[in-house]
Amino acid sequence: MSRVLVPCHVKGTVALQVGDVRTSQGRPGVLVIDVTFPSVAPFELQEITFKNYYTAFLSIRVRQHTSAHTPAKWVTCLRDYCLMPDPHSEEGAQEYVSLFKHQMLCDMARVSELRLILRQPSPLWLSFTVEELQIYQQGPKSPSMTFPKWLSHPVPCEQPALLCEGLPDPSRVSSEVQQMWALTEMIRASHTSARIGRFDVDGCYDLNLLSYT
Amino acid sequence: MLQEESDLSLIIAQIVQKLKGSNLYSQLERQAWASLQRPEIKLESLKEDIKEFFKISGWEKKLQNAVYSELSVFPLPSHPAAPPEHLKEPLVYMRKAQGNWEKRILKSLNSMCTELSIPLARKRPVGEQKELLNKWNEMGTDEPDLSLFRPVYAPKDFLEVLINLRNPNYENGDSLSFRTHLGLIQVPLKVKDIPELKECFVELGLNTGQLGIDDSTQVPPELFENEHVRIGQKVLAEQDSAAAQQYIRQGSPTALRAELWALILNISSEPEDVLYYEQLKTNVIQHDLLVDSLIYKDVKLTASNDDYYFVFEDYLYQVLLCFSRDTSVLSHFAYNSASPPKSYIRGKLGLEEYAVFYPPNGVIPFHGFSMYVAPLCFLYHEPSKLYQIFREMYVRFFFRLHSISSHPSGIVSLCLLFETLLQTYLPQLFYHLREIGAQPLRISFKWMVRAFSGYLATDQLLLLWDRILGYNSLEILAVLAAAVFAFRAVNLMEVTSLAAAEAVLADLSTLKVMPLLQIFLFATVT
Repeated sequence: MSRVLVPCHVKGTVALQVGDVRTSQGRPGVLVIDVTFPSVAPFELQEITFKNYYTAFLSIRVRQHTSAHTPAKWVTCLRDYCLMPDPHSEEGAQEYVSLFKHQMLCDMARVSELRLILRQPSPLWLSFTVEELQIYQQGPKSPSMTFPKWLSHPVPCEQPALLCEGLPDPSRVSSEVQQMWALTEMIRASHTSARIGRFDVDGCYDLNLLSYT
Repeated sequence: MLQEESDLSLIIAQIVQKLKGSNLYSQLERQAWASLQRPEIKLESLKEDIKEFFKISGWEKKLQNAVYSELSVFPLPSHPAAPPEHLKEPLVYMRKAQGNWEKRILKSLNSMCTELSIPLARKRPVGEQKELLNKWNEMGTDEPDLSLFRPVYAPKDFLEVLINLRNPNYENGDSLSFRTHLGLIQVPLKVKDIPELKECFVELGLNTGQLGIDDSTQVPPELFENEHVRIGQKVLAEQDSAAAQQYIRQGSPTALRAELWALILNISSEPEDVLYYEQLKTNVIQHDLLVDSLIYKDVKLTASNDDYYFVFEDYLYQVLLCFSRDTSVLSHFAYNSASPPKSYIRGKLGLEEYAVFYPPNGVIPFHGFSMYVAPLCFLYHEPSKLYQIFREMYVRFFFRLHSISSHPSGIVSLCLLFETLLQTYLPQLFYHLREIGAQPLRISFKWMVRAFSGYLATDQLLLLWDRILGYNSLEILAVLAAAVFAFRAVNLMEVTSLAAAEAVLADLSTLKVMPLLQIFLFATVT
């Protein structure tokens, strides 16, 4: 399905913590990231992709416009999605993740704002966040064309004239021809990825020192 | 669901693309063309009839084995936004550490090159080429002066790098707290504990027959061994890779081992493969590489001094010298965290058209590298088959033992698994060894890096490598290392220094691998 990147403004992360951030001993285990779409009207959200950085659980809330008159409400569309199966170890810690419309708890129509709630209960990590956040909406459907009348409204089938005996059935012939055409197309399109296997350049393998870059 | 379907079609497309360049593809094509002569193939239902023909003639099985082989080796396609480095190694700090380590190796090789004034590579003059061709089968008799050469690195240098590996986002406080690892490895990778290992290695359990235990002289062969051999012969007759992999988890009978390993690794000796090996041999004869001297030195220092392997010295040269020229090994760097060293043709520094990899296969051998090949010489006597088996074993397993990665079979995970098992199930021993300054990993690291080659008796080693192939993972090396410590725990509790601990664990040649593994996993009271 085609998708279109929606330009968004990602606000800085806000730590949720009881007490003063500077003086308290522990590290916050909950962060909130707000994402706004300043120049875009409320849209249908298709996909969210990001690179994880040591976040264990993710919840997402969206502000949806339900109808023209009621004010937009905040709805939770993803609750405690697990990014790291074991919050104390490295598994899943730096993975690329995609979340799709069909994984969400509510429908994603007319979204105007997004709030990501990141949780990392393990005290082992110094910081955690998500990076390279990208939001996609549904791409435009293929442009509709007007078909010529004979294509969109075919003439009802006339009874084909009875052919002489001995000739093959035309519908069978056409399906076989189609198969053979498909085979020839496949052969034409395929190309091998075989390697050549030579390590020298024109027979010469006289080298300088090894390069560090 | 949509995501899984698109993942599956991506995997299928990837495997098809890979197989298209292979020998099997052209063979299947030829077979399909030839089959058109057969009466049962009709033009109208061409696709179905040829598929049926492949099924009956055994070609479908070959294709199945090839697909299974690809699935075992290649990691699953990753997220579309992930760059290729992510596939090599997802954790950024490990990639950096691997890059720094590689720079050190390159510096060392470059300095050796300039100190000794020997070029990295040179074309051999015709006279020398003829001479080498004549003594190809007895290169061991050659005694070149290798005193100035030194190995690029040894396992203990690599261990120091791993000990200093740190995650910048991890709480590495100076004071001891619940966060500090008591062993040498300080990165928090996920490793299995014994209940998970029991589940994973269920075929090694007490109720399942094993070769290495249930084929000893006291046990009558009717109980297990005869039946197991019969099943093995059946598996070989069926030529099914997946079945062979499952079968070999209980060990392989000595007579069937060579064929079973070839089936699991999907190696078939076609004339094209022999030709490819001959081509590599020609490359060895035409060009002389500095790496060749390193290989010579390594073989002379390790395999030639070993009671079991010195007879295979000539084979080792024939395999390793050709291995260095094999550019098909470069494709494994897609999923290896390491990268092949680059160089430029003399006088064309910086011009990309003159950039080449050095050595051609991108792998710089270290001290003990030849021990990966030595045990295979017991199974395969034909050089091109021996070569193919070694190459496949390297790109599936051995490369993980000397590159820094977070993969569960990577050496870092194996070290952490070993230390965690020891700490959890033998805490007194671990504490004692730590107190006397004999961190257990310092002793067991060299065993794991060489996959125990050169430390165990060969029949025991081959039983161990059976299980590596069967489970497609190297974790069993860490479990065996912990089991060895458990076995000699009583003696180790009495030592008071690292040297004494090393002495207790110096000789593993009398150990029986399978009973140790079985007792440690399934019979230890926890």
